[in-house]
Parts: sequence; structure tokens; C-alpha cells
Amino acid sequence: MGRQIYAAIADGILEGGVYALMAVGLTLIFGVLDIINIAQGILVVTGAYLSYVLSVHLHIDLFLGLLVTVPAMFILGLGIYWAFIRPLRGRERTSMSLLACYAVAIIIEGVLYWIFGANEETLHASYITDSFRVFGFYLSDIYVYGFILAVALVIGLYLLLYRTKFGRSVRATMQDQTAARLIGIQVNKVAGLTFAIGVAVTAAGGMMFGATSGGFTPNSGYDLISRLLAIIILGGLGSIGGALVASVFMITLESLVDIWSPNWAIVVFYLALVIVLTVRPTGMFGRQPVRAQ
Amino acid sequence: MKREVVWQPVTAVVVLALAALFPVVITNGLATTIGVETMIFVAAAAAWNIFSGFSGYISLGHAVFFGTGAYTVAILAQHWHLTGESVFWLMPLGAVAGAIVAVPFGLVALQARRHTFVVITIAIFFIFQLMAFNFGFTGGSSGIIAPILNWDAATYNNPFYYIALIIAAFTVGLGWLIRGSRFGLQLRAIRDDEDRARGLGVKTLRVKLSALVISAFITGMIGGLFYYFIGQAVPQFIFDPLFDLAVALMAFFGGLGTVAGPVLGALIIEPAQQYLTVQLNNDYLSEILLGALFLAVILLVPRGIIPTTGERISKWRSRQAGRQPATAAPPGEQPVPEPAAGRGKEAGR
Repeated sequence: MGRQIYAAIADGILEGGVYALMAVGLTLIFGVLDIINIAQGILVVTGAYLSYVLSVHLHIDLFLGLLVTVPAMFILGLGIYWAFIRPLRGRERTSMSLLACYAVAIIIEGVLYWIFGANEETLHASYITDSFRVFGFYLSDIYVYGFILAVALVIGLYLLLYRTKFGRSVRATMQDQTAARLIGIQVNKVAGLTFAIGVAVTAAGGMMFGATSGGFTPNSGYDLISRLLAIIILGGLGSIGGALVASVFMITLESLVDIWSPNWAIVVFYLALVIVLTVRPTGMFGRQPVRAQ
Repeated sequence: MKREVVWQPVTAVVVLALAALFPVVITNGLATTIGVETMIFVAAAAAWNIFSGFSGYISLGHAVFFGTGAYTVAILAQHWHLTGESVFWLMPLGAVAGAIVAVPFGLVALQARRHTFVVITIAIFFIFQLMAFNFGFTGGSSGIIAPILNWDAATYNNPFYYIALIIAAFTVGLGWLIRGSRFGLQLRAIRDDEDRARGLGVKTLRVKLSALVISAFITGMIGGLFYYFIGQAVPQFIFDPLFDLAVALMAFFGGLGTVAGPVLGALIIEPAQQYLTVQLNNDYLSEILLGALFLAVILLVPRGIIPTTGERISKWRSRQAGRQPATAAPPGEQPVPEPAAGRGKEAGR
């Protein structure tokens, strides 16, 4: 029993790293644009399908394929922003943008169904099935590689946000959009690029999701987005550190409950969200209370 | 103003009469099936609007009440071995179940506002969908099959149609009453500025929760009818994320927070979508079209058909009326506009 628990914790931390990558994109988009990108889940699935196409039809290694899929998703994100998010104005912008993202998600889901059908697909590579032994546990190679990739990308994002001029504009826009505009930051450009970056990380997240989930369909987007939403709310909307901690915490919790009852593991996920929000409406790391937004 | 007071009831009666005559005139089975589905969505969109449209809290979790009502009717019919028409009498119980579920739903979700509220409603929706898949008494993913109705195929749809029509008419009437009442004003005050509304003495949580419970009651009843109409309760059709989106789309399309808007939206969108699904014989394409339509609405008529048309008409009228006096008064010497502008705007909505 003890061994099982340790193994579940190790799995949870490794898989949590992958979720952190997807959640950081989502919370970054929220922080800068004040919108929740409901399409993030289906975009992750799109990333998985892109990796699938590259590896099955062109025989490109999954990790190498990211060099193609990440820019592709970046451009897709830029397109979604310019076509559907930027034109939204006015008092109802918040709910409108949420619905617009939902509509985009539905369209993408329909397109994926049309192209790939409803059958479950999986990604294949030697390192997905291999595993190695650490301290008496077997850890799957893909989880470890994915965790390293996620950590590297999150560090990259951190450096981008805190060590570059662009990052400073992003953070200024997050703090106060009007003030940022007044000191000469092109808020629209910053917002568009942030949206695109938030979407681009889904390519990596999607590849990992496709490799570790044991089968995905276009319908998987719903499950993903609801987990991601729970994570970023728990972490406090717009808080990047919060998203990291909440991902690891929630996925570990899920994999612990999974030992007792696989069917109910996901419910614990949402219950934790409901309980945390009732006790502490700011989320775990949010400065601004969720209630007052 | 006076013209509207006369025309509103007349339009309502004409629309209702046309709706009542529909299955008498058109007896094509496919058309009446689409008719039933449309009436179900008219009622659902109008019920959604009573909460989300008036209070401004966009719920994407109304399928929770819809599904709870459907499963309540399904499980009770199975448990009590009811068949035939008697199943319809369970619909009020489905409604009550929807209303009961709305209380904890509201107490949790209404802690938050804006985005977070929307997201929590989505999360609660997924909890319910998972429960429907995993509990034993819901029949899991194979669901519960409804008792077979051995009615004549030619008029099979009619009872469903008229029940849905009655619920829809009742809901629209209720929405109209609420909109004009003190309760409705409190809801709209919350939508415009919740903190100020509370400062003025509106018991915000109680008002919001009441609206949610009323909305859930009707949605639950509709869910019960939908279950009997499609003949089965399976999690993916009963707890359907597209239901949440469809009712929101209909209300937005017609005009969020107006009484007639959601009805108009449902009357346009649902038949169009059903027809396209049948014609194209491709579920995915109709899903893509629904999404594209939604985007078009958001980008082109963001405030909905009815408010946008109303604005156009009043602008046109004021231009017509303004032509003569505009030439008389030179610019800069116009009289100070009366502070009635706010009221005029309110009436136009």
C-alpha cells in the first residue's frame, strides 16, 4: 500500500508538470487579456493530432516534431486572436469572449471529427512504453522526458516574462491596461502575442497528452479543459506560480484517489475546487479575490 | 410607446396561434419532430434567460437541471413501472428535482462572479455528467430506455409538441411578468452593478438564487419531456455540453435579457440546425456550422437581433422626427436635453 502511494505521488508530480505547461498558457492569457480561453482543451487535442500526423505519416520523432507543431499552433493562436477576440468590445466583452472561444472550440472539434473520425488514437514511440527504475519504482520514460520538457518550457516562459522587454510589457499590461497603454505599450500587439504563446504551449502539452493518456479522440477536449479550469482557478486566476503548484497538487490528488476508485478520481478533482473556493474564494495564490472580479 | 403596448399582446397571440396550428397544417413526420425539438428549446432558452439574461450571470451549466429532470422521470418511471401517458405526470417531479439541485448549485457557484461563475457552472456540469456515467442507478453509459408508446405514427409527435408549447408559453409569460416586477428590477439592478444594488438594499444572493431555482424548475420539467421524446436517458445526450451552448446561443442571438429574444433565437436556430443535420447527413458539419453561426452572431450582432433592430428603428424614427426641428435650431443653442434619456434607453431594451 505504501509503495503504491509513493508511486502515485511520483506519477502525479511528473504528470502534473505536463498539466502545468497547459495551465500556464491558460492563466497567462487570462492575466493579460482578461478572457478565459475555453478552446485551450481542444487546442491541446489539436496539438496531439498534429504530432500524430507528423509521426505516423512523416515518421518524425515526437519531440523533434515539436519544432513544427509549436510554431503551427502559435500561428493558429494568432489567427484566432485577430479574427475573433480582438474585434470584441463593450460591456459584455467578458462573457462574449468566453462564448467566442467556446464557439471556436466547437468548430475545431467538428473539424477534427471530420478529418480523424471518432476512433481513439495513440502516439507511438519506443520511449512511451519503456521505463526505468529509480529507488525501486518504475518510472515511464515519457513521463520523465515530458516533465523535463515542461520544466524547460516553463523556465523559458519565466525568462521571457521576467528578463525581456516584451515580458515587461506583458506584465505591465497584466497590472493595468490603461496605464500600460499610456506609457506607450502597444496593448493589442502584446495581447495578440500572449494569446499566441498561450496557444503555442498546447503543442507541447498536446504531444505529451497524446503520449500519456492512452488514447484520445476529438471529444477529449472537454475533459481537459474542465481540469485545466479547475487548476487555474485553484491556483488563482492569472497567477503563474499558482498554476504550477495547483497542477501538481491536483494531479497528485487525482492519482492518489485513483488507487481506490478510478471512476471517481476525477470527481474529487472538482470537489476539491468547490471546497477550496467556498473556504478561500481567492484560490490558493490569487491576490485579488475571485468574488470581487 | 403606445403602439408597442397594443402590438405586443397581438404579436404574442398571433405567434401562439400559429404555433398551435402548426401540427394541424403540417403533418410531415420529420417537420413535426423538428417542431417538438424547437418547442423544447424555446422553453429551455426562455427559462435560461430568466436567470442568465436578467441577472447577467452566464450559466453554462443548465444541462445539470435538464439532465436531473430527465433522469428523475426516467428512474421513477422505471421504478414504478409506469407506461404510456402516465409518465407525463412525472414531469413536475422532474421539475422539483431540478429546482432542488439548483439550491446547492447556486450556493456554490454564486460565490463567484463573471468568468469564475461561468467556469464553476461548467465544472459542476462535468461532475453531474460523470455521476450519470458512474452511478449504478442511472444505468451507466447504456442509460435507461423509456417505456414504448404504441401511438399512431401520424400523430405521435403531437402530444409532445403541445406539452412543450404549453411549457414554452408559460415560461415566456412568466419571463414577461418577472421582467416587469420588483423582482425583475432587482435582478437587472444586479446585472448592471451588483455592489450598488446591494448597497441599495437588494438581498442579492436571495434574488439570484430564486431566479436560478425558477429557471431550474422549468429546465428540469423540459428535461423530463425530452427524455420521453427521445426514448432514452444516456449521459452523453442528457448531460450534453452542446445543450448549454445552444440555449446561450439562442438567447444571445435573439437578445439577452429581452423576453422575446430567446424565443426568436430558438425559433430560428433550432430548426435550421436540425434541418441542416438531416440534409447534410453529417453531425460534424452541423456542429461546425453551429460554431460558425455563433461566431457570426457575436461579431456581427453582439447584442442580439431584437435590441439591434430596436435601436435601428428608434434611430430611424428620431432621424425622421429630427429633420424639421434640426433646421430650425442652430447648433450650440439647443435646449438642454431632459434627463429622461436613461428611461428611454431602458424601454428600448
